[in-house]
Amino acid sequence: MEGLLTQPFLTALLFGAVTAGIPLLLAGLGEQISEKAGVLNIGIEGMMLFGAYTGFVAAYYSGSFGLGFLAGGLGGMLVASLVMLFCIRFGLNQIVIGIAVTLGFEGLTSLLHHFQFSRTYPRLSAAPTLAIPGLSEIPVLGPGLFQQNAMVYLAVALVVFMAWLFRNTYVGLNLEAAGSKPAALDAAGVDVLRTRACAVLSTGFLAGVGGAFMANVGAGIFVPFMTGGAGFIGIVLAMLARGRPIWVLLGAILFGVSLAMTTALQVAGVNIPTDVVQMLPFAMVMLVLVIFARHSVLPPALGLPYVRGDR
Amino acid sequence: MSEIEPPAMSSGISHAAPPVVAVRQVTKRFPGVLANDRISLEFRAGEVHVLLGENGAGKSTLIGILAGMQQPDEGEVLVDGRAVTIGSPRESLEYGIGTVFQHVLLVPSLSVIENLMLGGNWWQRLSRGPALARFRELSALLGVTIDPDAEVGRLSLGEQQQVEIMRALWRGEKVLILDEPTSMLTPQGVHDLGQVMRRLRDKGVALILITHKLMEAYEFGDRISVLRLGRVVGDIPPERLRSMSEAETTEAVIEMMFGSTAEHARDAETLVGRGRPVHRDRTVDRSAPPLLAVRDLETEATRGECPLRHVSFDLWPGEVLGIAGVDGNGQKHLAEVLAGQRAVAAGRIDLAGMDVTDDGVPARRRHGVRYVTDERLGEGTVGIFSVATNLVLKEIGTEPLWRRGWSDWGRIHEHARDQIERNDIRTPSEKTPVARLSGGNIQKVLLARELNTDARVAVFNKPTYGLDLQNTRIAHERIVTSADRGVAVVVVSTDLDELIQVSDRIGVMFQGRLAGIVENGPDVERRVGLLMTGAEAA
Repeated sequence: MEGLLTQPFLTALLFGAVTAGIPLLLAGLGEQISEKAGVLNIGIEGMMLFGAYTGFVAAYYSGSFGLGFLAGGLGGMLVASLVMLFCIRFGLNQIVIGIAVTLGFEGLTSLLHHFQFSRTYPRLSAAPTLAIPGLSEIPVLGPGLFQQNAMVYLAVALVVFMAWLFRNTYVGLNLEAAGSKPAALDAAGVDVLRTRACAVLSTGFLAGVGGAFMANVGAGIFVPFMTGGAGFIGIVLAMLARGRPIWVLLGAILFGVSLAMTTALQVAGVNIPTDVVQMLPFAMVMLVLVIFARHSVLPPALGLPYVRGDR
Repeated sequence: MSEIEPPAMSSGISHAAPPVVAVRQVTKRFPGVLANDRISLEFRAGEVHVLLGENGAGKSTLIGILAGMQQPDEGEVLVDGRAVTIGSPRESLEYGIGTVFQHVLLVPSLSVIENLMLGGNWWQRLSRGPALARFRELSALLGVTIDPDAEVGRLSLGEQQQVEIMRALWRGEKVLILDEPTSMLTPQGVHDLGQVMRRLRDKGVALILITHKLMEAYEFGDRISVLRLGRVVGDIPPERLRSMSEAETTEAVIEMMFGSTAEHARDAETLVGRGRPVHRDRTVDRSAPPLLAVRDLETEATRGECPLRHVSFDLWPGEVLGIAGVDGNGQKHLAEVLAGQRAVAAGRIDLAGMDVTDDGVPARRRHGVRYVTDERLGEGTVGIFSVATNLVLKEIGTEPLWRRGWSDWGRIHEHARDQIERNDIRTPSEKTPVARLSGGNIQKVLLARELNTDARVAVFNKPTYGLDLQNTRIAHERIVTSADRGVAVVVVSTDLDELIQVSDRIGVMFQGRLAGIVENGPDVERRVGLLMTGAEAA
C-alpha cells in the first residue's frame, strides 16, 4: 500500500479525476440550465452519447480537436431540438420523451458506428494539452491539474460565467422565473416556451461537448454506450446543486476522483478485487444520494409543460 | 431603458375625456361556451370602472383579451382610439395596460426588485439603479413601503398584491386592471387597496375593477357595468351612481342581472348575501358536553405549508363553526386533521368523549366524520371514475354494495340513480366520468357522498369556491340544514361574508394558531379582521 502515496500515483489520480470529471461537469451545468427553466431533461444521456459520436467522427476526419468539440456540441443540440419539439412545443411528458431520446440515441450511435467502422475502433492521437506557465511547474499538482486540454480550463471558466449569468443578468431572472412561476414570466411579457427552448438547446450543446470530451480527450476512441450513465450522474449533480454552478463543480470533482480511483488503484496494483474497485463510483453516487437527496430543492414548475391560461 | 421611461400623463382629466381603452363588439367562443357575446365597453382615465358579474359571466375572458392572453374571435380593441391587436402580454404592457390577476403572478424565489425587473431585454445586464428609482417613484405613487430586496415568498398576500400593482404600472401608468383583487385580503388589506385605487384614480389612471361583490362595486366604483352570461346587461354611469344610495344601487344591479322575475329572486338574495352579511338567528345549546373536543393540536409541515400550533376548540351538535383567515395559515392542515387524513404530531381529538386522535379516515367515517374537500377533483373525486363509483368511493369493498370483495354494480348504480335524483345532480347518466361534470355538479356529488347518512361532524373546506350563484346557495343550504339536523359543522373559508352568513361562531387562523373565536353578531367583521392580522394573537 505504500505505493499509493508516490508522486506518480497522485499525479495520475489528479489527472484522471479531471479527465473523468469534466464530462460530468459539462453535463451537470447543462442540466442545471434546463432544470432552472423547469425542464427535466432526462434525455441528456442521449445528447452526450450523440455528441460523443459526432465529436469523434469530426475529430477523426478533420484531425482538429476544436472542430470535434464544436461538432459534439452541435450533435447534442440536434438531440435537444427533439426534446424541444416534443416536450416544449407540444407539451408531451418530459420523462417519457427523455427516456425515448436516450434509448433511441444509444441504438442510433451504435448502428452508425457499426456502419462506419465495422468492428474496428480507430484511435485518435493524444489530445493536445495546454500547460499553464508557472502553475504547471508545481510538483504533483502541476502535471495533475495544469497540463490539461484547453477545454478543461474553459469548462471551469464556464462555472464562474454561469454563476455570474444567473445572478446578474435578465437571462438568469428569466430562467429562474420559467422554472419557478412560468405564468409570472409570461405576464411580464417574456415568452416562456422560447426561454425554455433556449435552455434545452444550451443543455444539448454542453452535454454534446461533454460527450465529445469523453470520446476525444478521455478515451481517444468512440465505443458504443461509452457514456455509461454520465448523463444521469449529471442530472443528480444538477438536482443536488440547488441551482448553484459551484456545487456542480464540487460534485463533479467528487465523482471524478472516485472514477479516477478505480483506474489508479488498479494501476497501483492494490490487492483488492477489481470488481470491488469498479463499484466505487456507483457506491459514491448512492452514498451522496442517501446523504444529500433530502436537501435538494427543485423548481416548483419542474417537469410541467406550460400552457398559457392554464392554472 | 425603455421600460422605465416616465409615462406621459395628462392632467386635469374630466369625465368626458375620450376612452383610453375600449372594446367594440368583442365576441369570444370556447368549445360549448359563448364567453363574450358582442361586448362593447369604454374605459376612461381617472375613473374606477367596475365590471360586476358572477362566475362565468365572461369577466375573466374579457380581461384575458385586454391582457393579451387571448384573442377575440370577432370585434376590436381600441387603445387611444386606434384599433389594435394585443397579441401577447408583452404587447399589452407596451400599450400601457397592466393587469393584476386573481392568482399571484410573482416568482416567490426572487426578490421584489428582481420580480419587477423581469421582462427586460435579455441581452442587457440587470440595471438595479434605474429600477430602484422607478420602484421609489411607484412606492410614492401608491403610498406603500416595501423592502425592494425582500424575497417575495416571504411577503404577506397584501404586500405581494402591492408588488403586483407596481409591476402592472411599471412600464407606464395608463390602465390598471384588477381581477377580483380583494378575494385574498384581510379587511385591513382591502381598506389599504381602496386607498391605493383612489390615489391612482386621482393621478389619472384608468382602473378596471373586476368583482362579484356588490358592496365593493359600490364602495370603490365610479362606473358600474354588469355582465351576465357573456353580455353587458347594464351600465350605471358616474353621474347616476353618485346620486344613488347603496340600496338603490343594489336594486338596480339586481334588476339588470335578473330582470324583475320572481324565479330569480333567490339568486338575487344570494348575490346580496355575498356582499352583505346575513346573520343566523339560532341559538346553540352549549350546556351539554361538546360533541367534538380538540386540544392542543399540532402537525408537522413540509416546506411551503403552515403547520398547526396548539389549536384547541369545542364544537356542539347543531353548531356551525366558521374558520376564517388568509389562505395558507394552517386551514388546510386543520381540515385534514379533523378528517383523519393527516397525522397529528401532538394533541388530542375527542368525539363524543371518545379518543379518535389516532383513527384514520375509515374509522372516523364510521364515527360519523365527513369531509368535503376544497380540491373537488383530485382529492375529492376521481375524475375518470363514474359518478356512481365516486358516490361510494369511501365505501369500496364494504357490504352491502360489495359482497365478498365483488362489486354489485346493479346496486351501486341503483344507489347512484337515487342520489342523483335526490341531490339534483345534473349528469347525462350515473356512468358518466365525474370529470365531465361542471364544478357545481361535482360539488353536489361530493356533498351527496359525505352527507348522506349518519353524519355527526362535517368539515367543509371552501365549500363554494368557484361555484355560481345557484350552487353557492345550494351549498349554503346543505351546510345550514345539516346543522339544523344536529350535525356539528366546521366551515373553512377565506370568504368572510360567507362565514358570517352561515356560522354561529367564527374562529380565525393565523400562522397555524387559532388566534381567537368570536361569536357571530354585530361588529364581528372588525373583530375577525383584527384577529386575521395577528393583532390579538399572543
